[in-house]
Amino acid sequence: MVEVLYFSWVRERIGIPRESVDTKANTVRQLVDELKAREPRYDMAFSDLSSVRVAIDQELTDFDAPISGAREVAFFPPMTGG
Amino acid sequence: MPVRIQSNLFDIGAEIEAFQSGRTDAGAMVSFCGIVRQSEDAPLSRMLIEHYAGMTEKSIRKIELEARAKWSLVDCLIIHRFGELEPGDPIMMVATLAEHRSDAFQAAEFLMDYLKSRAPFWKKEFRTGGESWVASKESDEAALERWSE
Repeated sequence: MVEVLYFSWVRERIGIPRESVDTKANTVRQLVDELKAREPRYDMAFSDLSSVRVAIDQELTDFDAPISGAREVAFFPPMTGG
Repeated sequence: MPVRIQSNLFDIGAEIEAFQSGRTDAGAMVSFCGIVRQSEDAPLSRMLIEHYAGMTEKSIRKIELEARAKWSLVDCLIIHRFGELEPGDPIMMVATLAEHRSDAFQAAEFLMDYLKSRAPFWKKEFRTGGESWVASKESDEAALERWSE
């Protein structure tokens, strides 16, 4: 089980801020594919991965990163702080 | 090295005063404050800032440590707000104290560039015409490249 978090418009499209996901995925990309296969709202949120960023256990990473041992995977658009 | 993430309004002048007062080891202080900007074309009623609690603090600490490794700083202050903001409200501020002004200026600019696109904040604007998430700019990413030299 991994805790999956969503922020900004990714959260709005999926409709929830976080959920526990039972996954067989080895990488972030595989996790995204599993989610997209679930329901159209995930497909809508992840339709263009070039506009989505990912963090594993609160560290920025990429979609090919392994998720084994991860407690938290977060998806969000490019950040707009400052 | 104070870092504060808060929803409350802050007083820029009071923060600078508290940060600098009593310090005799710094010859230069630079401060920057980002403010919610109003627009005549598409009036902004409010701004909502979302953040990733936990990662926000971690990533800002990391950015601060990088700044301290690159320049000789006496201290730095970073405040960033989240939640509901109105036009004219301060969004965030950075202040740096250094022996000399060059370190203070450069470190402040570096901190700003990194806070813009490496700290997990997202801004949503509510305008007369509707609401929308602020998109990141390519120039924000390009701004980071100059520091990697």
